[in-house]
Amino acid sequence: MRIELQKRANVSTLFSIISPLLALLLTLVFGAIMFWLLGKSPLGSLYIYFVEPLLEVWSLHELAVKAAPLILIAVGLAVCYRSNNWNIGAEGQFTIGAITGSILPVLYPEWHSWAILPMMMVMGVIGGALYAAIPALLKTRFNTNEILTSLMLVYIAGLFLDWLVRGPWRDPKGYNFPVTKSFQVEAVLPEILDSGRAHWAFIFAIVAAMALWFMMRFMLKGFEVSVLGQSERAGRFAGFSARRMAWFSMLLSGGLAGLAGISEVSGSIGHLQPSISPGYGFTAIIVAFLGRLNPLGIIASGLVLALTYLGGEAAQAALQISDKAARVFQGMLLFFVLSCDTLIHYRIRLILAGGKTAEARA
Amino acid sequence: MKKLIIALAASAALMGGFSTGAQAQEKKKVCFIYVGSKTDGGWTQAHDLGRQQLDKALGDKVETKFLENVPEGPDAERAIERFAREKCSLIFTTSFGFMDATVKVAAKFPDVKFEHATGFKSAPNLATYNSRFYEGRYIQGQIAAKMSKKGVAGYIASFPIPEVVMGINAFELGAKSINPNFKLKVVWANTWFDPGKEADAAKALIDQGVDILTQHTDTTAPMQVASERGILAFGQASDMIAAGPKTQLTAIVDTWGAYYIKRTKALLDGTWKSEQIWDGLKDGILTMAPYTNMPDDVKAMAEETEAKIKSGELHPFTGPINKQDGSAWLKAGEKSDDGTLLGMNFYVEGVDDKLPQ
Repeated sequence: MRIELQKRANVSTLFSIISPLLALLLTLVFGAIMFWLLGKSPLGSLYIYFVEPLLEVWSLHELAVKAAPLILIAVGLAVCYRSNNWNIGAEGQFTIGAITGSILPVLYPEWHSWAILPMMMVMGVIGGALYAAIPALLKTRFNTNEILTSLMLVYIAGLFLDWLVRGPWRDPKGYNFPVTKSFQVEAVLPEILDSGRAHWAFIFAIVAAMALWFMMRFMLKGFEVSVLGQSERAGRFAGFSARRMAWFSMLLSGGLAGLAGISEVSGSIGHLQPSISPGYGFTAIIVAFLGRLNPLGIIASGLVLALTYLGGEAAQAALQISDKAARVFQGMLLFFVLSCDTLIHYRIRLILAGGKTAEARA
Repeated sequence: MKKLIIALAASAALMGGFSTGAQAQEKKKVCFIYVGSKTDGGWTQAHDLGRQQLDKALGDKVETKFLENVPEGPDAERAIERFAREKCSLIFTTSFGFMDATVKVAAKFPDVKFEHATGFKSAPNLATYNSRFYEGRYIQGQIAAKMSKKGVAGYIASFPIPEVVMGINAFELGAKSINPNFKLKVVWANTWFDPGKEADAAKALIDQGVDILTQHTDTTAPMQVASERGILAFGQASDMIAAGPKTQLTAIVDTWGAYYIKRTKALLDGTWKSEQIWDGLKDGILTMAPYTNMPDDVKAMAEETEAKIKSGELHPFTGPINKQDGSAWLKAGEKSDDGTLLGMNFYVEGVDDKLPQ
C-alpha cells in the first residue's frame, strides 16, 4: 500500500484565498493543545501570546522592529519565487549587506555627516545584491541549482562576519570582545516616533512592499515575472528571457536582504557582532509563503511572525514556559501553510498493494 | 464561534482577576535575565539556583521572575525593558554581553534598580557585581600540578576578555607554585555555551596530550569527554560532579544566592546603593565543590590554600611574576591591584598559547 498525491483538476478559488487563515487557525488550535499539555490554560496562554503584545504602544514598536527585516526580505523573495528562482540564501545576503553597509562607520568613525547614512544603506543594498549575484551567475552560466549554492553561501557569510569582528574590525578598546566600535550617532538609523524603538527600517519595508506590489500588479515586469514563473516556454514565446529574469530576481531579493541587514545593524544593534540575526533570512521564507507571495499579504504575515517572537517572550515572562514555544509556533505555521497549499492543489490517494499502477511501476 | 468568543472573554476576565489578586499583596518583583538555559548545568543554572534561594529566603516579601536564552543584542534590550515595564523593582542581568542594553534601559527607567554581572559600566541606578573566580582557579592550578602526570593541563576558554585571561593566569600561577615547569594549553571555543564546540575543544586538547582539563565555558560537555577518555577535570560555575563522578576534582561553584538575598534585603530596607562589588571566597559568592578523586595530601593542600585565600594571607597574584615573554610584571612580594586584573590582556610565563589580540 502506498500514498500518492494526485493533482486536482479544479483548484478551489475560495480555499486558495482562505488557506493562510486556515493554516493560522490550525496553528492556534495545535498551539492551544501544546499549552494544555504543558499544564497551562490554553486560552489564557494564547491571549498572552497573541493579544497582549498588541495592547501597548512600546510593544507595537517592538513588533515593527521585528517585522521590518522579515517584510523587507520576504517581499524580495516573493518576486524571486514567483519567477521560479529559489533564493534560499537571504540570510547570507542579509549578513553581507550588513557588513558592506558598515564599512563607513567602522573605518571612518570620525566622519560626522548626514551623508553617511544614505551611503551606508546604498552600500548595504549593493553588498546584498552582489552576494546574490554569485548564485545567479552560477545558475545562468553553469546551470547550477541556486537552492544549494545560495544556501551554502549563508554559512560562508556568517563565518566571514565572525572573522571580521574577531579580527580586523574588532574594537581595540572593547576588552577583546568580538564587537566593532559602536557606530557614531550620524550612522544610526533614527527612530520614527519618540514613543518607542521602531526605526526607519519599517518604513523601508512598507515602501518596498508597496512598490513591488505595484510592479507585480500594473507593470510589464510583473507580468514577465508571473509568465516566466509559470512556464518558461510561454515566456520565451513572449520574448522574455528566463536567464535575465534569474539575474533580476536574485539581485532584487539580494539587495533587499542587504538593506534589511544594514538597517538592522544600524537601527537596532548599533555595531557589528558575530550574530546579528535570529534567522530572519530563513523566517522570511515562511513569511513569503504565508503572505501568498503577495507583497501586501507579506506585510500582514511579517507582522504575524514578528508577533510569534514577541509572544514567545511574553509567554515566557508571564507563564514561565520555555522560549522554544515560539520556535514550535513558527514551525507549525510553515507546516500548516505548506500542507494546506498542497492539499488545495493535490488530493491524497491510497493505492492498495497489488494494484495495477503499483505493479507497473515496481 | 459564539461559544469561542464567550470562552475567550471569560478567560480574559479570569486572567484580569488573577493579576489584581497578585497586586493586592504588593510583593516587590525581582527579575533576572539569563543568557542561557536555566538548566545548562553551568553559569545560568548557578544564577537560577541563586534566584531560587532568594525565593526561599524572602518569598513572602518578593516575587522572582526570569527570562532565559535571551540573545545579546537588540533582543536583550527588549527583554530588559519588558521587565522594567512590568514593574520589576530590581533587575539582574547576568551576562557581560547585556552591558550596553542594561545601560540603555537603566537610563530610561530611573526608578528601577539594575545590577549587571561582570560589567564595568554603572549609573546611579545601575550597580555591577562580580566574583573573584580567580581565587578558585589558583586552587585548581595547584591541584592540577599535583595530580597531572605529564605536567600539562588543557584550558577551554571562551572569549579573550580580561575575566577569562585572568582565570588562565591564576590557574597557571597556582600550578607553578607546585611545579615550576607546569605548562598550560589553551583552546578558544569562542562561545560561552555550545556543548558541541566545547566537546570538540576538549577532544583536541586531550589529543595534544593534556591529562587534566579545566574550562571557562558553561556546559558539562568537557566534563563528559574527560570522563569518557579517563582523565581528570574541573567543573565550572556549577558543581558538575553528576557529569563526572570519577572525573571531577573540584569545581568553582558560583553561589550567587547569598549576594542576591543581600541586595534584595537592601532594596526592601531602602539602603540599596549603586556599587561596584567584587566579592570572593570569603564572602561566599563562590565556593569550592567538595575535593574528590584525589589523595588526602592533595586535598589537605587545597583546603589549606583555600583557608589562606579566605583569611587574606594569600593573594594569587603576588610577585615575583613574569609575563609570558619573560619580562618582569610584579616584584617579589608585590600584589596586583584590581584595576590591572580587570583589564588583564597578557599571559604570565608558562602559558603555552598566543593570546588572540
